[in-house]
Amino acid sequence: MTNAKPTTPEAVNQQAAKEAARRRRRSRTALRRWRPKLLLGAYLLFVLLPIYWLLNMSFQSNSEILGQFSFVPQDITLEHYMKIFTDSSWYMGYVNSLIYVLINMLISILVALPAAYAFSRFQFIGDKHLFFWLLTNLMAPPAVFLLPYFQLYYTVGLFDTHVAVALAHCLFNIPLAVWILEGFMSSVPKEIDETAFIDGYSFPRFFVKIFIPMIRSGIGVTLFFLFMFSWVELLLARTLTSTGAQPIASVMTRTSTASGVDWGTLAAAGVLTILPGIFVVYFVRNHIAKGFALGRT
Amino acid sequence: MNKIRNNRAWLLILPMLLLVAFSAIIPLMTVVNYSVQDVFDAHTRFFTGTEWFEATLNDRDLQAALLRQFAFSFTVLAIEVPLGIGIALLMPKRGWQASAVLVLVTLPLLIPWNVVGSIWQIFTRGDIGLMGVGLRGMGYGYSITSSAVDAWATIVLMDVWHWTPLIALLCYSGLRAIPEAYYQAARIDRASKWSVFRYIQLPKLTNVLVIGILLRFMHSFMIYAEPFVLTGGGPGSSTTFLSQSLTTMAIAQQDLGPSAAFSLIYFLIILLVCWVFYTAIMNMQKEKYHGES
Repeated sequence: MTNAKPTTPEAVNQQAAKEAARRRRRSRTALRRWRPKLLLGAYLLFVLLPIYWLLNMSFQSNSEILGQFSFVPQDITLEHYMKIFTDSSWYMGYVNSLIYVLINMLISILVALPAAYAFSRFQFIGDKHLFFWLLTNLMAPPAVFLLPYFQLYYTVGLFDTHVAVALAHCLFNIPLAVWILEGFMSSVPKEIDETAFIDGYSFPRFFVKIFIPMIRSGIGVTLFFLFMFSWVELLLARTLTSTGAQPIASVMTRTSTASGVDWGTLAAAGVLTILPGIFVVYFVRNHIAKGFALGRT
Repeated sequence: MNKIRNNRAWLLILPMLLLVAFSAIIPLMTVVNYSVQDVFDAHTRFFTGTEWFEATLNDRDLQAALLRQFAFSFTVLAIEVPLGIGIALLMPKRGWQASAVLVLVTLPLLIPWNVVGSIWQIFTRGDIGLMGVGLRGMGYGYSITSSAVDAWATIVLMDVWHWTPLIALLCYSGLRAIPEAYYQAARIDRASKWSVFRYIQLPKLTNVLVIGILLRFMHSFMIYAEPFVLTGGGPGSSTTFLSQSLTTMAIAQQDLGPSAAFSLIYFLIILLVCWVFYTAIMNMQKEKYHGES
C-alpha cells in the first residue's frame, strides 16, 4: 500500500507527513506508558530530597557545612554520631522517648480492645454519644491542654516521669485505637462469637484465644498508628518533662546556642529519629495498605 | 450488623473511660474554671463571667491568627487531596516495587514534627540548604526570614511534603479494595480512563477521603511544631497560627484567664467545622442512595 514508491512530489510530501505523524504517535504512546513512572519518580524525589540533605549534613563537619557547598560529603566524618552515642544526656533522650511510647502503646491497646469490642457488638445506653465524645478528644489541640496537664501531673506527683507523657498521649491515642479496632472488629462476623459461646467458651477465654488471633493484623496496624502518633508528638512531651524523662525532641533544642547552631549534630540527631519509624513500618508493610483505611473500605 | 442490646457492655468500656476521663475531663474542667475567673495567686481570684471570652473574640491579633489559620488549612487541603489521589493512582499495585514505594511514601509521616521543621530549616536556608542555595542561584532572592510570601510558600510546601502521604495511603488502600471485575466490566464497555476514575474509583474512595479530609483538617488546624521550628511564626507574625498564639499566651505570658477562654473557643471551632463537614457528607450520601433506589 503506502510502501509503493511515490511518483509525484505531492505524494512524496504526503507520505513523509504520514511517516512523521506515525513516529510522533509512537513516541507519544511511549511517553504515555512512562508517564506514571516519571510522575511517581518526581514525587519520590521530592519526598527524599530533604531527607537526603539531612543525611548529607550529618556526615559533614561543621566547618565543611558552613564553609563550602557540596552535594556529597567531601570528607565523611562520624563525629556527630559519636557525640550522640557517647554522651548519656543525648542517647538517653532516645531511650526516654522509646520508653514512654512503649508504655503508651501498652496502656492504649489494653483498654481499647474491650472497649472497641463493646462498641462493635453491643447496643447500650449512650453508645453513640460516647463514641462521638471519644472522637472529639482526637480533635482537641494539645496546646489547649498544656497548662492543665502541667498542673494536674505536678499535683499528683507524676511530673517528669515517663508515665506522665504516656498518660497524656492517651488523650488522642486511646480514641484512635478504639476507632481503628472497632472498624476491624465489625468486619468479623458475629456468628463466630455465638458459635464459640455455644461451644462453652467463657468470654475472657473466647476473647483471648479466638477473637484476638482473628484480628491480628488489625492489632498490628493499630500498634503502628499508636507508635506513630506518640513518637512524633512534641508539645506535651516537652512540657511534662524536665530532666529525668526528657524526650529526644527537646534534647535537640540544645544544638542551638548563643554562638550559633550546631548543624551537624542537629542533622545526625534528626537522622536517628527517622530510623525507628523505618524499622516499624517495615514490619507492617504488608498490612499497611489495608490498615490506613482503618478497616473501613 | 444488628447489635445486641446489653447494658453490661459498659463494663468493657469502663477502664477506657476512666483513663480518658483522667486525661480529658479533668483538664478540660480546669480550663473552663480558669476561663471564668481572674486568678491572682492561689488564694485570690474573682469571678469574671464572660469577660475573657469577649476580650478574646475582640482581640485583633487573635482574629488575624484565626484567619491565617483558616487560609492555611484550606490551602493545604486544596493541594494535598488532589495530589494524594493522584499519587495513589500512580503507585504500583504488586511486587517488590509496591512495598518499596509504600515504605518510602510513608516515611515523612514517621518523623517527629519538630524534626520535620529542622529538616526543612536545613533544606531551605540561604547559606547551607539545597533549596535555598538553588533558588538564589537561579536569581531569586529567596529568604524565609524576611519575606512573608516565601515563608508562607515554604510552610505550605513543608506541610504538603509531610502530610500528602496520609491522603495517598488512605486512597491507595481504598483503591486496593475495588474488585478486579469492576475494571474488566469497564474494559468491555470501552470506558475511558476518566470515566473509570469518575464512576468506579472515586465513589469507592469517598469513605477513606472523608476520614482523610477530617484528619487533615484537624491536624492542620493544630499545627505547632513545624512552623515554630522553621520560622518561629515570623517574619512579623505572618506565619503565627493559633496553637502558637495560645502557647505564647499560656506559658510565656501566664495569662490564665484569657488563654483558657481562647482554648475553649479554639476547641469549639474545630468541633463545629468537623461536625458541619461530617453532617454535610453524610447527608449527601443519604440523598445519593435515596436517589438511586
